[in-house]
Amino acid sequence: MTTSSTGAATAQEIEQELSCHLEKRTKRSWAPEEDLFASGALSSLFAMELVVYLEKAFGVMIGGPDLRMENFRTVRAMSSMVLRLGGDAEEGGDA
Amino acid sequence: MSAGRVAPSPQVPVKCLVWDLDNTLWQGILLEDETVTLPEAVLTTIRALDARGILQSVASKNDHETAWEQLHALGVAEFFVLPEIGWGVKSASVRRIAEQLGFAHSTIAFIDDQPAERAEVAFHLPDVRCYPAEQATRLSGLPEFTPATTTVDSQQRRRLYQAGFERAAERASFAGPDEDFLRSLELVLCVARASGAELSRVEELTLRTSQMNATGVHYPDAELRRLLTDPAHEVLVATLADRFGPHGAVGVLLVHKHREMWHLKLLATSCRVVSFGVGTVIVNWLVDQASRAGVHLVADFRPTDRNRIMEVAYRFAGFGEEECACHLVPADASPGVLRLHLTPAPRPAPTTMLVEAPDLAEREGMQPP
Ligand SMILES: [Zn+2]
Repeated sequence: MTTSSTGAATAQEIEQELSCHLEKRTKRSWAPEEDLFASGALSSLFAMELVVYLEKAFGVMIGGPDLRMENFRTVRAMSSMVLRLGGDAEEGGDA
Repeated sequence: MSAGRVAPSPQVPVKCLVWDLDNTLWQGILLEDETVTLPEAVLTTIRALDARGILQSVASKNDHETAWEQLHALGVAEFFVLPEIGWGVKSASVRRIAEQLGFAHSTIAFIDDQPAERAEVAFHLPDVRCYPAEQATRLSGLPEFTPATTTVDSQQRRRLYQAGFERAAERASFAGPDEDFLRSLELVLCVARASGAELSRVEELTLRTSQMNATGVHYPDAELRRLLTDPAHEVLVATLADRFGPHGAVGVLLVHKHREMWHLKLLATSCRVVSFGVGTVIVNWLVDQASRAGVHLVADFRPTDRNRIMEVAYRFAGFGEEECACHLVPADASPGVLRLHLTPAPRPAPTTMLVEAPDLAEREGMQPP
């Protein structure tokens, strides 16, 4: 259901998808540069969920050295990591 | 008498006894008689099994509310977990109880005055041991109801399970973000230097919680016991409690203290408490302690397909694979084990739980320079 069928997602598409997921999961909205962990609002189990979610939703593998909090601190940081790792925003349908 | 099968080997201890109510637990039929009575000898049995850490439940064809009120009125409701009171077949009730407890059928016992009910359960669940009501007051004398050892945790096992169910129910109905829920639990994490008595609980942890065992290395009881008296090693046990009750022993750490570096050789936490972020809280506490002691930290980590959450805990806490001179101290890294390194800085206390812990930097056994 994404607009482009060529796969490569834009930063905007990724951020949109991510914000939507976060809002559903945390029951509040997050600005792109807002620090998810600063408020102490999110637990370590949630960090693990985020890792799994990003890998599934954008088809990337996040290796050990990338599992740094800086890469997960904001919607924007996660989006640039996903782009760097070559993610696409095709949801569903794929195996 | 009770026609039927030979019971499975009495060597397998019973972990949960499921009671019928009418003319089994109490005398009388609730929906027909004016009153029902609880024989003193049955009450004695219930108390004895409870003290041995054997859980007890109910499978009864009755009106749920009426029967549950009657159990309260008789003063025994608190002894029963996951009661199944309704009009379904009893094998389905027993099956659900076993499933929710995560127990094998061979560890479940069922007691009922009706031969047909026992036959129905035995037919569908051949591994469940069935007893006629006449045996109720003799159960505590049977070998399968006599566990070899009774530990601190077995004496409060029912409380642990009940607290777990209440917690799960509360969580299911809680709509806010995770940490608000965690704060509402009023968690208290207590980290303490292990004494001899706690080591059996520690061993149970390192054996059973492979998922959270970050090193993937088992330290046998004898080895940990030997390290208890070694001034260069810290053997620590973490226990957790909340407003619903205790969780028991939930974590174990083994730290080898070198002069400029502390080596975290073992960190295992129970899967039961992973959703509370206990792993992260323990790691951050240790980072803060190392910072106070002015030492670097090295943590062993053997990645498996089941312990990635521990890697997330380490990496999010700041552990990395950078080279540092302090690495050279511990030799003998087993193959497949990563040595993650951290230069500690002070860490704030967690906002989700209260941590009570000793000051590791102050132990007098530290090697003189
Ligand atoms: Zn170092």
